[in-house]
Amino acid sequence: MTGASSHVVPVRVYVGVFAALLVLTGLTVWVASLDLGAWNTPVALAIAVSKAALVILFFMHVKYSPRLIWIVVASGFFWLAHLTAGTVADYVTRGWLGTPGS
Amino acid sequence: MSSAAETHEGGLHPALAHHFESLPAQKEAATLGMWLFLAQEVMFFGGLFIAYTVYRNLYFDAFAAGSHHLDVTLGAVNTAVLICSSLTMALAVHASAIGRGRHAVVYLLSTVLLGSVFLGIKVVEYHDKFVHHLVPGPGFSAEALGVTGEVARSAETYYALYFAMTGLHALHMVVGIPILLFLAFKAHRGAYGRDYNTPVEMTGLYWHFVDIVWIFLFPLLYLIGRH
Repeated sequence: MTGASSHVVPVRVYVGVFAALLVLTGLTVWVASLDLGAWNTPVALAIAVSKAALVILFFMHVKYSPRLIWIVVASGFFWLAHLTAGTVADYVTRGWLGTPGS
Repeated sequence: MSSAAETHEGGLHPALAHHFESLPAQKEAATLGMWLFLAQEVMFFGGLFIAYTVYRNLYFDAFAAGSHHLDVTLGAVNTAVLICSSLTMALAVHASAIGRGRHAVVYLLSTVLLGSVFLGIKVVEYHDKFVHHLVPGPGFSAEALGVTGEVARSAETYYALYFAMTGLHALHMVVGIPILLFLAFKAHRGAYGRDYNTPVEMTGLYWHFVDIVWIFLFPLLYLIGRH
């Protein structure tokens, strides 16, 4: 019978998430100055995904929301992953086979 | 559960729509609807992120050159400003949920102020791009980037995506600010309390989503090949 967000999140949770977000922002700027070769972009994206997860779970209360909300949130990102995978698969494999007639 | 829909006087809560049994049921429906809208927003921005991914891989040098002309300090400060605005938004939802309407008004107005600071810094950044002829179109020139030939031509693609992505993001904030002002006005009139703060909570979801978009835009646009 609990409502979607009837749970009141304590203020210290918000402040903790806020501090973590600021630290991760500093981290992403610092990491960008290092030469990690091919790993710069994956590391930057991993930090961004962590920050997004903190915002979604705590600021947006998804951690305390019913299963149905979890499914809708996950499906949004599932379709984004689907869009990405399909497009990248196309661009990566274009050069693999010759074009007939050329 | 009907008791939850009733005020302490025993009448129905004025915010309860007739087709809902109770306020919690109404809030759950609103939350579901808001998240469906946000899932649509993920796809909306997703198209631009995919275009970015494809062109960044095709024209990496041009994207790095374009990115180097952005001000990392302003971008990082704006990220911090937006995170602060997400905190004040979360605190506004919290204050309204525990019946502290006055606090909610202060937090909502703080969110408006921080959102305006973000947009102000964005104006400074856009102005710099206009001054240096880095706005896509007939007047575009990669001279300020110090690159020539193919890279100079592809740099226009970077700036087209830069303006499309940050512009669409800024547009979302321009839409959000009047909504926050309206909520502050309603909260000042005592519209929200322990029983009912759904509009504040739903606007919070929207505002946090806009923050998440920026969390991805900042490293992807400002921090390409910085080392």
